[in-house]
Amino acid sequence: MPNNIYFVLTARFVILVLGQVLIFNKLNFFGFINPFIYIMWLYWYPVKQNRPILLLTSFLLGFTIDLFSDTLALHAAALTTAAYFRPAIMRFVFGVSYEFQNFRLGNATRAQQMTFLALLILLHHGVYFTLEVFSLTNVLLIFKKVMSIGIATLILSTLLASLFSTENNEEISLIIDYHHCWDCLFG
Amino acid sequence: MQQIVNFIIRYRDFLFYIFLLSISLALTIGSHSYHQSKYFNSANWISGSVYNASNTIDTYFDLDGKNQKLLEENLRLRQVLYNLRESDSVQIDSVQLQYTISTAHIIKNSYASNRNYLTIDKGVKDGIQVDMGVISHRGIIGIVESTSNRYATVQSILNERSNINAKLLHTNHFGSLVWNGQSYDEVQLVDIPKLAPLTIGDTIVTGGMSSIFPENVPIGVVKTYDFDTSQSFYTIVVDLFNDMTDLNAVYIVQNKDREEIIELEAKTEENAQ
Repeated sequence: MPNNIYFVLTARFVILVLGQVLIFNKLNFFGFINPFIYIMWLYWYPVKQNRPILLLTSFLLGFTIDLFSDTLALHAAALTTAAYFRPAIMRFVFGVSYEFQNFRLGNATRAQQMTFLALLILLHHGVYFTLEVFSLTNVLLIFKKVMSIGIATLILSTLLASLFSTENNEEISLIIDYHHCWDCLFG
Repeated sequence: MQQIVNFIIRYRDFLFYIFLLSISLALTIGSHSYHQSKYFNSANWISGSVYNASNTIDTYFDLDGKNQKLLEENLRLRQVLYNLRESDSVQIDSVQLQYTISTAHIIKNSYASNRNYLTIDKGVKDGIQVDMGVISHRGIIGIVESTSNRYATVQSILNERSNINAKLLHTNHFGSLVWNGQSYDEVQLVDIPKLAPLTIGDTIVTGGMSSIFPENVPIGVVKTYDFDTSQSFYTIVVDLFNDMTDLNAVYIVQNKDREEIIELEAKTEENAQ
C-alpha cells in the first residue's frame, strides 16, 4: 500500500515541524539549548529510498522550519546535507548488510543505531552552526554549540527512537516477519 | 552530447544536492546585510496563524503574571501623573504628537540564536510598517523588520545585526548598542568617548539620533566597562531592564517625522557630494 506510506510520511512531516517549532524551539535549557529533533526525519525515513525524493523532502522540511524560526535557510542547508550523506553514513555504520533486501533499523544493535544517529546529528549540527555563526573567529562558539546542543539532540532523539519504533513502516520486512511467524507456529 | 547526458544521469543525486544546497546558501548568505529575507520569514500567514493559536493557549496560563505587569506599569504612570503639577495646563493636541503608539502581542520569542527575531500579531492591516520601534513597559525590544498582512517580524536587540543609537541618561554622549551573541540579559554599548563620566550602575537610554525610537526610552544599566583596542572609547556591558525571555504585550512606536528626517538626511548627503 504505497498510499499508506505517503500518509505516514506526510503526518510525520507535519508532526515534526509542529513539535520542533512549538515545543523544542522553546525549551532553552541553560538559555541556549534547543534540540533539533526533526533530524528524526532522516532516522525514520525508509531505508530503501528514492534518493532525490529524500533530498527534496528533507529540503522542504528544513525550509518549513526555517520559515517558522526566521533562520533564512539554515535548517534547509543542514538537513539537505545530512540527507545527502545518509547512505554513506549508513554504509559506514551498518556495513554491507544495509544493502540487503531485508535490512531494517530495528534489527541493528543499539550501539549501531546510536552511532547512526550521532553521526547524522554531528553532520547536521556542524553545518547548521557553521553557517549560523559564519566567521572563523568564532570556532570555539561553533564547537560549544555543536557539542552541547548535539548531545541534547542525541539524548532526546534516542528517547524518541525507542518510543516510536519504525517497525510498521517497512512493509517488506513486516511481510517477511509474518511468514517467519507463520512458519514458527505451523511449520 | 551523449557523455554530458551520461554524466548528468550518473551524478544526478549529487547535482540535485548541490542545486538544493545552493538555493539554501543563496538565501542564507545573499540576504541584505541589514534586512534579512523579505519574503521568507515567520510573518507569513501559515506560521503566523500557528504561532497565534499556540500563543492564545500559552497566555491563558499566565494571566496572573500579565496582570501583575500591567499593575506595575500603571503604578509607575500614576506616580508620574499625580506628581505633574501643571497637568491641566498642558493641552495635548493629537495632530502635533510626534509619536503614535499601538499595542501588539509577541507570539514567537527567540533568544537562543545569534540572530533572534520575534513575531508579533499585528501587520500591515493594523498600520505596522517596517522600521517602527518595539518597546515593552520596561524598555526597548527591537525594530520591525518585515511585515505581512496580519503579522510582522521584529529584529530583537539580541541580534548580531542590531545597531541602535543609545546614550548615557544624564549626559549626551552617545554610542551604538550592539550584541555579541553571548548572553540574553546583556548587550554591549560601544563608541562612547573615554572622556564621558561613567560609573557602574548608570542608566543607558535610547539616544535622540535615532529616527525610530523616542529619546530616553530605558534600555539598561552599566554592568561593567572596559576600553576598546584604541583605548579612546568605552566598551560597556549593559544589563537589560527587560527580561527578554519573558515578553508578551508590547508597544509599537511610530515616528511620524521619520520620513521627513530620512528625506532631509538624504538631501544633505547628496549636496555634500
